[in-house]
Amino acid sequence: MTPELSALVLVFAPLSLMAVGGPSAILVEMHRQVVDLHAWMRPDEFTMLFGIAQSAPGPNMMVASLIGWRVSGWPGFAVASLAIFVPSSLAAYWALSFWDRLRQAPWRAPLLTALAPLTAGLSMAGAAIVTLGAARDLVLAAIALAAVLVLSATRLHPLAVLAGGGLAAALLR
Amino acid sequence: MSEPAPSPASTGPARLALASVFAQAGLVGFGGAMPVVRRLIVERHGWLSEADFTDLVGLSQALPGALVVNLAVAIGRRFHGAPGAVLAVLSLLGPALGAVVLMALLAERFGDMPAMRNFLAGVAAAAAGLFLVTALRMLRPHLRHPVACLVAGLGFLALFVLKLPLLAVLALLVPVSLLLQRTIRR
Repeated sequence: MTPELSALVLVFAPLSLMAVGGPSAILVEMHRQVVDLHAWMRPDEFTMLFGIAQSAPGPNMMVASLIGWRVSGWPGFAVASLAIFVPSSLAAYWALSFWDRLRQAPWRAPLLTALAPLTAGLSMAGAAIVTLGAARDLVLAAIALAAVLVLSATRLHPLAVLAGGGLAAALLR
Repeated sequence: MSEPAPSPASTGPARLALASVFAQAGLVGFGGAMPVVRRLIVERHGWLSEADFTDLVGLSQALPGALVVNLAVAIGRRFHGAPGAVLAVLSLLGPALGAVVLMALLAERFGDMPAMRNFLAGVAAAAAGLFLVTALRMLRPHLRHPVACLVAGLGFLALFVLKLPLLAVLALLVPVSLLLQRTIRR
């Protein structure tokens, strides 16, 4: 295993276990590790991969797969994918046996709802960091703003909004 | 109390049917995977009751990892134990990873063209907007509750402003969050 593949595991396996409430919570940390600590790519490249992962079907956590691919080709893709999905899945499997036994515990529901505000705050941080990286000139900032408005006010499919953003940038930049 | 052993196909799905459900879910994006699983498993096939399904979704949300992946583990395990969990997850992620591979290849093939670079930059900007909207929606139910706002604000401050490592943020704020919300519940 090359040093880069090991580094990918060391980055994404812990992130897998910290992704409470899904990928949104770990995005800031992922950015910190990938762009700042390891300097594997620039912020705009990171947000580009994020955009692709958002556009693709399946969980957004596959941004890790794309980062792995960018860092170390197809072995990186495979290693990062395993690292981001296997640890949390194993933890989930293990937790489920406890869950059945604790079916009647009164603190189950409060525990579940208690983390919701925290993950909301972490997600806002994730959205902020991605926006900073993506909205780096006037056209792109306008596209990001337009996307927020269109998605809030209409029922247009997100894929159409993403494609529209891409087309606008291709035409205007 | 031990849980009941996985039942034969008369009340639950055969492995192939289970794989099919999750493969369909894996091809949907934008948070639509979970509703697809629900529609197929609860409404179409009746393998789980609405209450059971909601219970599993709640647990899947509380556990680390993507919701729909944890749900695949939970449902796969429920009907076919460990092999079922593996099968469900592979069915879910297989098509999705295939799609991502295709997109990565396309980006690589055409990535040097300025138009493609601009297109991807535009998609990224729109994706940032989508993320903002999603995060705001997560935040909205909590805006009326001061304690929840405080917790959310602390999380944002620690992560985005102070740039603390996530592990430190979670280690500090998960207990704080639980304690604060327990006190208001009394």
